[in-house]
Amino acid sequence: MTTTHQPTTPFDMGGIGHSVRRKEDDRFIQGAGRYLDDIQLPGMLHMAILRSPIAHGRILSIDASEAEAMDGVVAVVTGEMLAAHDLAWMPTLSGDTQAVLATDKVRYQGQEVAAVIATDPYIARDAVSAIFVDYEELPAITSPQQALEEGAVLIRDEKEGQTDNVAYTWEAGDREATDEAFAKADLVVTLDTHYPRSHPAPLETCGVVADVDPATGEATIYLTSQAPHAHRTLFAIVAGLPEEKIRIISPDIGGGFGNKVPIYPGYVVATAASLLIGKPVKWVESRSENLISTGFARDFHMHGELALTADGKILGLRASILSDQGAFYADAQPTRFRAGLFHICTGSYDFGAAHVAAKGAFTNKAPGGVAYRCSFRVTEASYLIERLVQNAAYELGMDPAEFRMKNFIRPEQFPYLSPTGFVYDSGDYHTALRKAMEMIDYEGWRRRQREPHPEGKLIGIGIASFTEVVGAGNSRTYDIAGLKMIDSAELRIHPTGKAILKLGVKSQGQGHETTFAQIVAEELGIPFSDVKVQEGDTDNTPYGLGTYASRSTPVAGAATAVVARQIREKARRLAAHLLEASPDDLEWEPGRFFVKGVPDKGVTIQEIAFAAYTDFPEDMEAGLEGVHYYDPPNMTYPFGSYIVVVEVDPEDGTWKVLDMVAVDDCGVRINPMIVEGQITGGLTEGFAKANMQWITFDENGNCIGSNFLDYLVPTAWETPRFRLGETVTPSPHHPIGAKGVGESATVGSPAAYVNAVIDALWSKGVRNIDMPVLPHRVWGALNGVEVAP
Amino acid sequence: MYPPAFDYAVPRSLDEALDLLAEVGDEGRVLAGGQSLIPMMKLRLAAPAHLVDINEISELSYIREVNGHLAIGALTRHADVVRSEIVGAGCSTMASAAPWVADPLVRNRGTVCGSVAHCDPEGDWNSVMLALGAEVVARSRTGERVIPISDFVVDFFTNALEPGEMVTELRVPRDDERSGGCYLKLERKIGDYATVGVAAHLRLDERGRIGRAGLALTSVAPVNLEVEEAERMMAGQEPSEELFAEAAEIAARTCQPQSDVRGPAEYKRAVVRAYTRRALHQALATARGER
Amino acid sequence: MEVTVTVNGVEYRRETEPRRLLVDFIRTDLGLTGTHIGCDTTSCGACTVLLDGVPVKSCTMFAVQANGHELTTVEGLRRDGELSPVQAAFKEHHGLQCGFCTPGMMLVATALLGANPDPTEDEVRWALSGNICRCTGYANIVKAIQSAAATMHEGVRA
Ligand SMILES: Cc1cc2nc3c(=O)[nH]c(=O)nc-3n(C[C@H](O)[C@H](O)[C@H](O)COP(=O)(O)OP(=O)(O)OC[C@H]3O[C@@H](n4cnc5c(N)ncnc54)[C@H](O)[C@@H]3O)c2cc1C
Ligand code: FES
Ligand code: FES
Repeated sequence: MTTTHQPTTPFDMGGIGHSVRRKEDDRFIQGAGRYLDDIQLPGMLHMAILRSPIAHGRILSIDASEAEAMDGVVAVVTGEMLAAHDLAWMPTLSGDTQAVLATDKVRYQGQEVAAVIATDPYIARDAVSAIFVDYEELPAITSPQQALEEGAVLIRDEKEGQTDNVAYTWEAGDREATDEAFAKADLVVTLDTHYPRSHPAPLETCGVVADVDPATGEATIYLTSQAPHAHRTLFAIVAGLPEEKIRIISPDIGGGFGNKVPIYPGYVVATAASLLIGKPVKWVESRSENLISTGFARDFHMHGELALTADGKILGLRASILSDQGAFYADAQPTRFRAGLFHICTGSYDFGAAHVAAKGAFTNKAPGGVAYRCSFRVTEASYLIERLVQNAAYELGMDPAEFRMKNFIRPEQFPYLSPTGFVYDSGDYHTALRKAMEMIDYEGWRRRQREPHPEGKLIGIGIASFTEVVGAGNSRTYDIAGLKMIDSAELRIHPTGKAILKLGVKSQGQGHETTFAQIVAEELGIPFSDVKVQEGDTDNTPYGLGTYASRSTPVAGAATAVVARQIREKARRLAAHLLEASPDDLEWEPGRFFVKGVPDKGVTIQEIAFAAYTDFPEDMEAGLEGVHYYDPPNMTYPFGSYIVVVEVDPEDGTWKVLDMVAVDDCGVRINPMIVEGQITGGLTEGFAKANMQWITFDENGNCIGSNFLDYLVPTAWETPRFRLGETVTPSPHHPIGAKGVGESATVGSPAAYVNAVIDALWSKGVRNIDMPVLPHRVWGALNGVEVAP
Repeated sequence: MYPPAFDYAVPRSLDEALDLLAEVGDEGRVLAGGQSLIPMMKLRLAAPAHLVDINEISELSYIREVNGHLAIGALTRHADVVRSEIVGAGCSTMASAAPWVADPLVRNRGTVCGSVAHCDPEGDWNSVMLALGAEVVARSRTGERVIPISDFVVDFFTNALEPGEMVTELRVPRDDERSGGCYLKLERKIGDYATVGVAAHLRLDERGRIGRAGLALTSVAPVNLEVEEAERMMAGQEPSEELFAEAAEIAARTCQPQSDVRGPAEYKRAVVRAYTRRALHQALATARGER
Repeated sequence: MEVTVTVNGVEYRRETEPRRLLVDFIRTDLGLTGTHIGCDTTSCGACTVLLDGVPVKSCTMFAVQANGHELTTVEGLRRDGELSPVQAAFKEHHGLQCGFCTPGMMLVATALLGANPDPTEDEVRWALSGNICRCTGYANIVKAIQSAAATMHEGVRA
């Protein structure tokens, strides 16, 4: 562990460790970004979707005649029409099927029932109001517990062999060994908590412009896609189109956070409509459509137990999960792992036994299960263990920090095989927590907490020392819908020494155009500003599974480093040719090879690049380019310690953050400024979920949280101020030692906030408050009042 | 997302506006700041056939001091109130409420009178106006009426205007050297409507007793709720911790909150109790010139 | 109806339906796509423009209401080929990630600094509280705006 990584390149070259300013910003700050809704094509039509107003019901009839007769309406598409082309259903990313437009039943409020294609979006919207659907209402199932009750109405009655509402069952770890550990325990601490349904809600909603050329059958599909290559393959499979005739272009994306990973019904309908009508069709979700129908996350009902010794050691963990999947099982996650990577729930602690049992239930809610700023259910896992650990400390009469220190995996134990089968690559948890405690003055706050508060407010201090797992993953174990989770980089050095780097991933704001150029700068000494980074166009970039679950740096970043190194080796041979020396006699410094011991005798990478096209040895192929597909040997395990201090007003239940410190270790930081930006964003997301942001349903399955008046996201005013710290423990198996950071703070911070509130209220007997920790819930917990929802 | 179609007229003077309103009758609506009406139209919760846009009638944009009251014109935006020195010096209750109405951009468009006319029980201004005992000036082509705010607020989204009539002005009693008030609002974030809002206003007599007390609540009844029982109870009394606690008790008992995502009714009552007490203390401090 | 508006100093005259929202008019009819749409409840501020210098949500105004008025959109921030201090500061301080909220944030900042040349952190956060950013956590936006304020002071003194 070092505290920071020292750059080896000059600032202007912008290699690893430099906070160079982002190249992409120039267009964004001038309003010249090109997002999906900015696309206008000649003759383009607009689509609007009619959605189910009820949560569960049989469709008796659809009358679209009035809509069809309206001026400007080109077509009304229904499920029946799609069924005729075998397009009424489509596969999900978890091997289930999902309705594109409902044919038999609607299974959640907001489900797609019909679509209007019109010349103008206002007209399309008017026409949607003129379609009349008759439903026979069925009972709505609004919780997974209810779904599993005896005699519950069957939601997926169309699915062959499905006789109950169980979506999946899955387990990990060793049940017997865990039972043994619990048998030996002096004390068992339990926690039941719901990680509520949430939504990534990127500021730009999802959308598509489908442009199928009637003459050639070629489809250009502009898509808000975090994974354009995977989407092309899936489109080919769903729509039965030849893959070479599909070109997915993912333009600038206004935030993704997992929301833009799945394929949504609207995309398929718009593409089908364009194919049938022969004109481009645009569909852009409204915010309500976004929140009500696409890409929810979380919704895990969790039960956890920790087996403990009287002197404060953890012996084992038992977790059981009931997940609310909505009407279709659509989690975007690796195939083998039915509850994602939830089994990382042993966290940062060293103990011998763990067992996880997970079950998913179908309910009358929207499908999704996306990895919202999180690597496949890691957020839920981290939340459970960090809450449990704090409660365990209190039950043992120990300070939660001391309890953590006592149970952390020690630095010398890495690589560490966890009881559920992960091999943690590297870590130093003690140092991170110690640093966070110093930064926030932990002891000082503990003292202040004991002093009486002049206004009767309660102070609480919460810690989360999380371990994340990102960068899925090696091809032996990880695939999504059969596609192995590799990613690639293609790098071409032009004769003048400038470069273009093409990637299979896709930035949604993470700054790829800068960060990846910096990796090239580091490896080849070409200034980052001379490296153009291209992503998002499947015709012009190599294959990859896309950007989510903090994959880009661990996988595509590694691919970039490797391909750059391959090119450097060829450059070495070219340099040897130019310098009339043996390749082995050359030494590399950023941007140049020189003859060992004769620093003056050298050639720059720019000169070498020129020679690659003008003056290369006879036995060498011209050009200076390469492509590499990176299959990660292992995942990376970022970690950190967060400490939050809150002040709770017991009268109205509000709480505010007085201080927060976040010490993150994501290995080597390519661009510290960007890394800190990602962390700050993640801490804010964590706060949002802990404090206000969630989706719930009433007993009839009406979605509450379907717009930004009900789905509360914090503004600059509510957002706490954070102080950041770092430690650097490089990943030993990653070419540049980086671990990925886009999601650590979202994963780690929710437990810290909630732990802080619980810490403030522990002496009043409060043991749990589910997120979001809304004022009325705090008040209810303090006053013993049952609070629903 | 997209509002339904309507006919649009944009008068340049009040008289022209009143003529237009008379013509369209109950099919027509005034378009003021549009910060309630347009969102409702976009979600297709409202579909007026005619809109009479008053935004170009600059004669309606004013805050003036007239005969012991403040006159607020129909085109006065929330942001004008936030910035107004006249309000800052003359109406502590309005001054403390204004920054908490909606968000800064909505405040740049939304109007106080529009808010009052809208009669949304979650709106902040009507509680303030009830606590202050304000008056609403309504005009039509045929004349003008001055309506006490307590008569103007009829019901859930229902005001006392007749077809063809519009609000032209609010008249708010000016604070003297022995009066003061405040508005306390519990909201989950900026831009959220109140979970609970409490407007309190006290006017002391020469001996420091409470001459007039105003107390009104937001979001805890089908209308903004004036707590008349507490107002009467406090009148003539010596201000004290006990008195305010009793008023808070009355407020908590009188309000009719619904259990919803902002919390169970019991919780809202508890907040009404706590905020009423706090608001009365703050109002007293202002009335005594202590803050 | 016919609408005449001046946007970023250029006068435009267009026919439009009364119900057309100003944001659609700007984005589609005028082709100025730097103004964005992020919600349908007047909550997010992605659509912020300056109406006669005052920041408003253009999704909650009809285009016809802009008749005879002056608008500034993000495309109008750059003057004489130079980025405005606010634009430059957003880049310098990493005040944006996906860039979707950025035009709105910069327009609010521009109006704020016009009225209050030296805002405190609280004042900046308060002014921004009608605009949502889902990426940055706001800290760098605030920093950028305060730094732009400082730059503008230097400009005045110089
Ligand atoms: C995101 C958001 C958050 C908000 N938060 C709050 C909040 O916290 N607290 C709060 O109080 N409000 C809030 N509002 C509402 C805001 O304050 C509105 O400005 C106000 O409710 C209505 O004023 P307006 O001028 O915009 O009226 P409009 O929307 O133009 O009109 C509203 C109604 O009143 C009628 N009307 C308007 N003016 C007159 C008149 N002069 N005479 C007769 N009828 C008239 C209209 O015909 C219409 O029926 C919020 C709005 C938004 C969009
Ligand atoms: S689009 Fe205008 S406020 Fe969200
Ligand atoms: S930068 Fe993405 S929403 Fe603000």
